[in-house]
Amino acid sequence: MDQSKEKFAQLQELIDSHKNQPGALMPVLQGAQGIFGCVSEDVQKAIAEGLGITLSEVYGVATFYAQFSLHPKGKYLISVCLGTACYVKGSQRVLDKLAEVLEIPVGGTTADGKFTLEATRCLGACGLAPVMMINGEVYGRLTPDVIPGIIEKYKARD
Amino acid sequence: MEEKMINLTIDGVQVQVPDGSTVLEAARQAGIRIPTLCFLKDINKLGVCRMCIVNAGGRALQAACVLPATEGMKVQTNTPEIREYRKNILELTLSTHKKECLSCIRSQNCELQKLCLELGVEFGDKYEGVKNNYTIDDISPSIVRDNNKCILCRRCVSVCAKVQNVGVIGPVNRGFKTAIESPWGLKLNDMACINCGQCIVNCPVGALYEKDDTNEVWAALQDPDKYVVVQPAPAVRAALGEEFGYPMGTSVTGKMAAALKRLGFDKVFDTDWGADLTIMEEANELLERISNGGKLPMITSCSPGWIKFCETYYPDFLGNLSSCKSPHEMEGAMIKTYFAEKMNIDPHKIVVVSVMPCTAKKFEAKRPELGHDGMADVDIVITTRELARMIKKANIDFCALPEEDFDSMLGESTGAGVIFGATGGVMEAALRTAYETITGKKLDNVEFQQVRGVQGIKEATINIGGTDVSVAVASGTGNASTLLDSVRSGEKNYTFIEVMACPGGCVNGGGQPIVSSQVKMSTDIRAERAKALYEEDRAKAKRKSHDNAEIKTLYTEYLGKPGSHKAHELLHTHYQKREKYSD
Repeated sequence: MDQSKEKFAQLQELIDSHKNQPGALMPVLQGAQGIFGCVSEDVQKAIAEGLGITLSEVYGVATFYAQFSLHPKGKYLISVCLGTACYVKGSQRVLDKLAEVLEIPVGGTTADGKFTLEATRCLGACGLAPVMMINGEVYGRLTPDVIPGIIEKYKARD
Repeated sequence: MEEKMINLTIDGVQVQVPDGSTVLEAARQAGIRIPTLCFLKDINKLGVCRMCIVNAGGRALQAACVLPATEGMKVQTNTPEIREYRKNILELTLSTHKKECLSCIRSQNCELQKLCLELGVEFGDKYEGVKNNYTIDDISPSIVRDNNKCILCRRCVSVCAKVQNVGVIGPVNRGFKTAIESPWGLKLNDMACINCGQCIVNCPVGALYEKDDTNEVWAALQDPDKYVVVQPAPAVRAALGEEFGYPMGTSVTGKMAAALKRLGFDKVFDTDWGADLTIMEEANELLERISNGGKLPMITSCSPGWIKFCETYYPDFLGNLSSCKSPHEMEGAMIKTYFAEKMNIDPHKIVVVSVMPCTAKKFEAKRPELGHDGMADVDIVITTRELARMIKKANIDFCALPEEDFDSMLGESTGAGVIFGATGGVMEAALRTAYETITGKKLDNVEFQQVRGVQGIKEATINIGGTDVSVAVASGTGNASTLLDSVRSGEKNYTFIEVMACPGGCVNGGGQPIVSSQVKMSTDIRAERAKALYEEDRAKAKRKSHDNAEIKTLYTEYLGKPGSHKAHELLHTHYQKREKYSD
């Protein structure tokens, strides 16, 4: 609870520093996502009230840009590259396998809040295609059959 | 300082326009029509629909609505190439559009349909687009949204946010998933929508329309156990004719009364009568507040869109709102008490139908506090558009109807009641009565020109019996915000304020006939329709509410005097603070 209070205080500070600036919404949304990990309904309402704009406007911008997440993401964010090189090397099958193992759709988060699965554009590691990243850690030359083992490793962690 | 002028040539026609004009505006001035779809004069200028593309010599065709006119510019607006592009844009628009054109509520008054016919779109299925199969949002008592017909022009969004300062809808998501919606998948009714319906009258297609209540009216008319009474609002007569081909600004009062009788209502009364009654109560309330140190400025309470706006966005002004019910609610209350008792009719069998220029009245009629003994003051509210549909469905030849009168007892009205439909009208009507009540002298010139006209905010100081009374009038809730902000900050100080939720007042209400954006470019519908009301006022022998003989009888026989205990019980109400976000 106190942690949430602290985060909202941080958000208020952010809003105050951008108030009455044209185009304030983008930096505030980005900052809010940094603070909370996502821009949930309560966060968006606070932004709307704080900047004196409508919730419709905040929500419209938040849903327009892929960088904003409306719901909390899992502890481990799995990003599978669907860029050209990875795709021709079979990254779609890797992604499908992950969805199967985690029992969530692409874009979804597991019920225990541990994993979020995302498809992403080129990660710049085409030499290792097909590639995925888990919280910044890169896994290359993947095949679907190595996926369960990798997931088990993370499940064993906190 | 002299305005800088720009010279340009459009389709070979030379035209001179003020610096800052767009090519679309310049073309208008040159008498050249450029088709538009998303453009809405003074309100929506985004260049998103691309219908107004022109060739101005640039690398690509450009949208005329956002293209600044520049010196020496040569523009072509209607080449075969441009026509082909426009046709193609329409075909792409149609690829995602739910084409229910035979039964669509906007058929024959649809801007998309009209353009398709003009540009010769042969068939609507040239391209197969993504169909999102949106659920129709019909939870609101006033407004229905069908996103399957939405063309994403954003006219509703702009009106709601910029004109009304409400902003409960907006574009969400992107690409084929883009939709105009309330945030977080909420329904319009879950939002702090004020039900004004300005989104409806500015929608080019059938994506927004009023909640249809005509079936309830037909059913009541068919029910032999029901005594069905109807009352049309002042602004209805100023616009109903448009649905039957009359020029804008034609008053069709007599034909409207005749049509209502043909439809089979047991009594055809007039909300103008209720407006006169409102003035009796409201002028009295104002004078009492002034003499007893009551809360000032007093603000009018006739417009339910404005009331909900105040309850939601300006709750600190609730004490300033007049406690008077709106005219049709007052009239409904009198029909179910005074009239029922006098005629010896069981009020539970009476169905009061109000014909209103307004979609917010549908919400207002459902307020639990507006009624007594388990009966609502008003049972059904239909809009001007719904009445027109009923008349057409009943095969009544409206234009051939004779001019008839309203039924007596609650049907007489003065000019003061008539002008209620235009911004400044309630103020003027109240001033006419307040003046004579305070001074005891006859008011010779009843026309208060200072409070007339379509400006969003009007101010005046009126001398009544040696005292200067400072008044203000706002129409459009965005203007109301500006006005109230200046009162709140102490910058302005008024005794009496009139607010109507819709720009220009009820004549431009959300339930009125829909006028295309092209017509609105050259015609101010607020002014045209208001003219009809002011002319009707001028033609009346009685122009002050307190001269209404039926109202006098009502007070003598039933209510006693304005502000009496009985009047308070039946004609006054209270307000509640509303949350901006529902949980």
